[in-house]
Amino acid sequence: MSQDNLRICNESRRSFLLGFGAGSLLLAFGLPTLARAAETPKKEYGGEGQEHGLRDDPHLFVEIAPDGTVTVVCIRSEMGQGVRTSVALVVADELGADWPRVKVRQAPGDEEKYGNQDTDGSRSLRQSFAALRRAGAAARTMLEQAAAAQWGVPAAQVKASIHEVVDTKSGRKLGFGELAGKAAALPAPHPDTLTLKSPTEFRYIGKGKTPLIDGHDIVTGSAHYGIDTRLDGMLYAVIARPPVYGDKLASFDGSAAEKMPGVVKVLTLAATPLPSGFQPLGGVAVVANNSWVAIKAREQLKINWSSGPNTHYDSVAYRAQLEAANRKPGEVARNDGNVDQALSAATKRVSADYYIPHLAHASMEPPSAVAKVAGDRCEVWACTQAPQAVREEVAKGLGIPVTNVTVNVTLLGGGFGRKSKPDYVVEAALLSRATGKPVKVLWTREDDIVNDYFHAVSAEHLEAALDGSGKVAGWLHRTAAPSIQSTFMPGIKHEQPFELSQGLIDLPFAIPNVRVENPAVEAHTRIGWFRSVYNIPHAFGVQSFVAELAHAAGRDHRDFLLELIGPDRRYVPTSRVEFSNYSEDPALYPIDTKRLKRVIETVTAAANWGRALPKGHGLGLAAHYSFVSYTAAVIEVEAGPDGKLSIPRVHIAIDCGPQVNPERVRSQLEGAVIMGIGLALHGEISFKNGRSEQSNFNDYLVLRMNEAPREIHVHMVGADDFSVPLSGVGEPGLPPIAPALTNAIFAATGERIRTLPVRQQWVKAKHIA
Amino acid sequence: MLTLSINGHEHQFDGPPDMPLLWYLRDTLGYTGTKFGCGMALCGACTVHLNGTAVRSCITPVVAAAGKQVTTIEGLSPDGSHPVQRAWMTLNVAQCGYCQAGQIMQAASLLKSKPQPSDADIDAAMSGNICRCGTYTRIRDAIKLAAGEGSAA
Repeated sequence: MSQDNLRICNESRRSFLLGFGAGSLLLAFGLPTLARAAETPKKEYGGEGQEHGLRDDPHLFVEIAPDGTVTVVCIRSEMGQGVRTSVALVVADELGADWPRVKVRQAPGDEEKYGNQDTDGSRSLRQSFAALRRAGAAARTMLEQAAAAQWGVPAAQVKASIHEVVDTKSGRKLGFGELAGKAAALPAPHPDTLTLKSPTEFRYIGKGKTPLIDGHDIVTGSAHYGIDTRLDGMLYAVIARPPVYGDKLASFDGSAAEKMPGVVKVLTLAATPLPSGFQPLGGVAVVANNSWVAIKAREQLKINWSSGPNTHYDSVAYRAQLEAANRKPGEVARNDGNVDQALSAATKRVSADYYIPHLAHASMEPPSAVAKVAGDRCEVWACTQAPQAVREEVAKGLGIPVTNVTVNVTLLGGGFGRKSKPDYVVEAALLSRATGKPVKVLWTREDDIVNDYFHAVSAEHLEAALDGSGKVAGWLHRTAAPSIQSTFMPGIKHEQPFELSQGLIDLPFAIPNVRVENPAVEAHTRIGWFRSVYNIPHAFGVQSFVAELAHAAGRDHRDFLLELIGPDRRYVPTSRVEFSNYSEDPALYPIDTKRLKRVIETVTAAANWGRALPKGHGLGLAAHYSFVSYTAAVIEVEAGPDGKLSIPRVHIAIDCGPQVNPERVRSQLEGAVIMGIGLALHGEISFKNGRSEQSNFNDYLVLRMNEAPREIHVHMVGADDFSVPLSGVGEPGLPPIAPALTNAIFAATGERIRTLPVRQQWVKAKHIA
Repeated sequence: MLTLSINGHEHQFDGPPDMPLLWYLRDTLGYTGTKFGCGMALCGACTVHLNGTAVRSCITPVVAAAGKQVTTIEGLSPDGSHPVQRAWMTLNVAQCGYCQAGQIMQAASLLKSKPQPSDADIDAAMSGNICRCGTYTRIRDAIKLAAGEGSAA
């Protein structure tokens, strides 16, 4: 999910593009962009540093109809973060458009044309805000130029107002729609010549008053998700995939399924050799004339799978392996001072081990896609976070040129990183070719959970030396977890720099002796990005351990944490592995301890930290830097006499720099709190005999209304300071939630939980029985 | 052959009678506002009304709906003006929006039977509807807003 991760697949994506002659695509669009691309030096960071870079050409992103309707083309996928609304309001604001006359059209997958389109890494607004503003300002300038030409007056004499251009001398006006045709024929002005609005002139940016652009469609049931696509003559498919990663189809009997009325075809899909990357797992597909028949017929298949290398994967044994790995030194990722010396000289030595299990994404809309193959061309409709990867992987799966694949991006019923992987779209394409018809592939909930790209299981070992004054003199952190890279390359045994950069080597504490190690472990299932990625285990380990150290030192947790962060400073962590910093320029986005302390101070003040609490109540605190944003949370728990754990309120503060749409920032943080509590209380995928022991919401539990906090208070820090660059929003809310929750349980009950999930029954057994 | 009334229109069904209403609505009739989420009545994404009461269409066979009034999200109001829909829009409840049709149908059913629900009533009625994005606090607020509108009307 982190965009850094995409470098993994970029390797294959790049070579693949070369293989199929990406150059031919360049003829398909206008010269201005080409000329601009040629004169813009390749940049290493931010949106410009992404595969296919960043575009700001107004011809790509703004259309104005004769009736004045403004259509903003959105290249990011909408999965609940509100990006379609936020992108449109940035362009509309700079353009001077009137919001009720603004529409959004979703761009098809075409990165040669639009620049990078991946929606991941909490970077949609952060990395394209400036480019979107330039596109809007350029379109506004073109409208002004068109009006000036029509009136025969100097351009300086006209000014765009709300949805119209005004002659400042005569007061005459022309609507955007009246000018659209002539403006569109003009070349886009050079970005350096544009005048951007000052933040005081913003009408929509930063205001949070804009209703959701898809709000009406959503409440009336007309919003179109990937699973909702219907084409004439379309068939419906479900697939029996190997339940163990790497198992292969040995034999099957599909005769009973084939006899069922409505079944069109039963056929095999070849397994991709391990590691399977973005390609499908293979299996036996049932194609039918509706979803229900396909599902029922699949139950009639008799399949023998032959065992592959992961048939013995067992979460209990694997946990023991991870913890054993953490008992020995591992590859050193960061080494400041001399930790061994500090530990031997400690007045008090504290150590703890934490465990975070695999998680499944379980987006409410399971993966789904429709494909229509005709000859050597393919058109797909998919709920995808990665339309270009879909193009490339479908092309690879079918053996056709990338340019022959059209990707229509629907709304996503949740993504959380799962829908960055295009395997399900490739399946639809293969089945469409095999049947000669458009085919929808449906993943049932069981498919989604059993064959997910799982969030990595992790063991975190921490040791610290407290000196005579109760200060931390040394800090050792070992992390053992399978790497996402293992899904794409064989032989991967270590977390990669982008994974180690997520809340581990960037430990923001003023401790003289720090060592971070990563022992070798192997992966036994598909590992993938999950919202906030390796920040989940790293933050759980670090932020739990700080609370444990504060307790061991007899100190208030907040005071201890603020002291540990230390003096105000802006710095780039020095480490043996490259600190990827979410692909942002360290000069623009250094770690700023003042900002981290400020969210802690804000959230603890709001929660009235230190106040007397009723019996059974406790407050827990955690803070974390991720996706170049700063977050802190205080969770209040109530451990009732009946053993029931409830969460009356949560305070969360974020400093994500200036905010485009504070209303959606708020909703993202509310959502992160609820998802984070759900993951901490219940989230666990465990393996036995190579397969997931969970398969639906009866055994993979997610948070429900009755367990959700009654109150969530979101506190914005620095939200209107447009002098600093934007930071991430979608993911940073999640990492502090689990440790804040277990720290609160400790405060309420004295019970330290180091293994997730917490599970209500555990609390009950421990304290009530 | 079964006759069903869906959003006020009659339909003749001659498929397998154990076919869940969900798939008949989505695949045969194109009422895709009703969502698939789990297939086991665990998540509520597929919630529709049967004679005005919320049911899970993923486990309701078509035969059980014969002769009854089925209402889907598309039929809750002609134009999105049901108080629950309006409250959902006012508070920008949705994130991804996928579960919200089911949430809205469940909430509308709740308000029909309990026009002024307590927090406990809301918990009891709504805890069968999962929202993975985590919009529960806004759903609660929107139900209360809709209830307020209902009492004012």
